Amino acid sequence: MDIHEYQAKEILAEYGVKIAEGGLAYTVEEAVQRSREIDGNVWVVKAQIHSGARGKAGGIKVCRTHDEVEAAAEALLGKRLVTHQTGPGGKMCTRLYIEAGTDIARELYLSFMIDRSHERVIMVGSAQGGMEIERLAATNPDAIVKIYVEPAVGLQDFQARTMAFALGVGEDLLNHAVKTIKGCYRALRDLDANILEINPLVVTKNNELLALDAKMSFDENALFRRHRIAELRDKTQIDPREVAAAEAGLSYVGLDGDIGCMINGAGLAMATMDMIKLAGGEPANFLDVGGGASAERTEKAFRLVLADEGVKAMLVNIFAGINRCDWIAEGVVQAVKNIDMKVPLVVRLSGTNVEEGQRIIADSGLPIITAETLADAAEKVVQARNEMVAKQG
Amino acid sequence: MAILINENTRIIVQGFTGRIGSFHAQEMIEYGSKVVGGVTPGKGGKTHLGLPVFNTVKEAVEQVGAEASIVFVPPAFAADSIMEAADAGIKYCVSITDGIPTQDMMTVKSFLRRFPKAQRMMLTGPNCSGTISPERAMLGIMPGHIYMRGNVGVVGRSGTLGYEAADQMRRLEIGISTSIGIGGDPIIGSSHRDVLEKLEQDPETKVALMIGEIGGPQEVEAGIFAKENMSKPLIAYIAGLTAPAGRRMGHAGAIISSAGESAAEKVERLKELGVTICPTPSLMGKTVAEVLAKM
Repeated sequence: MDIHEYQAKEILAEYGVKIAEGGLAYTVEEAVQRSREIDGNVWVVKAQIHSGARGKAGGIKVCRTHDEVEAAAEALLGKRLVTHQTGPGGKMCTRLYIEAGTDIARELYLSFMIDRSHERVIMVGSAQGGMEIERLAATNPDAIVKIYVEPAVGLQDFQARTMAFALGVGEDLLNHAVKTIKGCYRALRDLDANILEINPLVVTKNNELLALDAKMSFDENALFRRHRIAELRDKTQIDPREVAAAEAGLSYVGLDGDIGCMINGAGLAMATMDMIKLAGGEPANFLDVGGGASAERTEKAFRLVLADEGVKAMLVNIFAGINRCDWIAEGVVQAVKNIDMKVPLVVRLSGTNVEEGQRIIADSGLPIITAETLADAAEKVVQARNEMVAKQG
Repeated sequence: MAILINENTRIIVQGFTGRIGSFHAQEMIEYGSKVVGGVTPGKGGKTHLGLPVFNTVKEAVEQVGAEASIVFVPPAFAADSIMEAADAGIKYCVSITDGIPTQDMMTVKSFLRRFPKAQRMMLTGPNCSGTISPERAMLGIMPGHIYMRGNVGVVGRSGTLGYEAADQMRRLEIGISTSIGIGGDPIIGSSHRDVLEKLEQDPETKVALMIGEIGGPQEVEAGIFAKENMSKPLIAYIAGLTAPAGRRMGHAGAIISSAGESAAEKVERLKELGVTICPTPSLMGKTVAEVLAKM
């Protein structure tokens, strides 16, 4: 789960990381009020959206008067910002962070993340911050320092010092740099974050070490014990269909095609999408209904898939292990009866209690097309979709 | 011979008395697995499905000689259950539980590494469908009847895609020596490579089928292992060839991954390493049949 820059900064400040003075605004008036509260004569108006590369998309505006702050806030609030990370739809900006301008002497890079292949936290730093770290990794890999942390003992002082020296901070900033680095590590570990990135971490002309930007992303599986983090979720930043799916305990990703899918297991879902495409169709979505799908959950999944008005045909592909075909079949029958389905439906059931599941579908008397194999299912749904499109003219 | 489990392996179920644990314990017993009891803290001394319930894994090891365990414990407590199994001397553990926090798995792996290799419990999962040696034993949640006994070793991240492979092979009358689900989580007990190492040593296994997915360097690492250390042919399918590139918020992930993580990149690398690729998911059975026919 991603959070906003201002939320990450609030968290990091509690862990001893210095940040510039700033405040949150939901309206233009609040934005001006915040800038008036902050001393100085330069303010930065920052769009709070879940994406990096906001600067290039016009989401970060440096202002020298309160009128400029007002104009910047008017330009950003209620607008969708498109960056190379948001996709063409962009992300809605409903919140602004107004921050005191900083006199930057040097820009550094610092991040922490869980490295899945090493099964440890990796700390990554560079004395050359500010730019995209992928580009730096490609052009000058020697400028990047990586340090692994042994989970049983945690980040040690000598490791934090090694990183501080690699970042090139002076002797007078060394203690504060160590405090900052250790604070970041503790924030990641204490709060079940997967990623914590400060880019740039800056040395100011007053010789202070400040986090000028901050990104944190959290483990969804750990939110049950991180209630405070769970409350930071901003639903305006997530596809509403994905929000509805998450609330129903389903995993959903909207795509551009017109064949709706309901499948159990992420691997089988990806494989089925591959097959639909090979058969000449385009999937409208990825939907993993998960294990132990009840009739109620199946109906919710149907409603979610069919809420997409572009869907011309639907495919259900279930290979039941922890699921049972009879439960799924009951759910399918109930869903088709309760929802006035206007598009053809292809159902392929296999695995636990398959005979019982197939019998329920057959006895229902509903116009459900059944398929035996994966290839058969993909071909039938593409054919049904083509007939539907031809019929609609 | 089969790897990890056979008809004599003494199995316990952790999270025995819950709804899911009970259902799958029953299925495993009906399949012929030697389930000797279960663990539910606080319910020790009772009987469930005609078998003893223990308070701790240690008691189950001491009193009924448990060697393998399967974990159905809810995500908040599952890491603790896995570590309890390792501490009690269980040799092989399958964790079915989906949704264990990543940092809990980091702790589990760190805990396991403290044991000398010879005494270290092997773990597969979490978030997997388990392991089956067809017609001998099932330590998982798969529909057992779709697996035929034979000479193909199968390792895969996805449960349901593993069922799909087994089903295709059975229709072509190709059997499986052992099929192992390693799970789809970021940090898992055993990798594709770890399992291929076991399959290479198994005299019953003639060829290996690896079912992978987009993301992570694991499949390519397994391909490198196969090229350097395996005498048996390796066949692979990578799911997600048509999946769109994932959206990503931070940049931190991109710089550590050296190998390509998209399905197309993985397929390219695996081909270079001499792995036979299944071009589509509906051709997993047929591709295995072609490799077997050439042997």
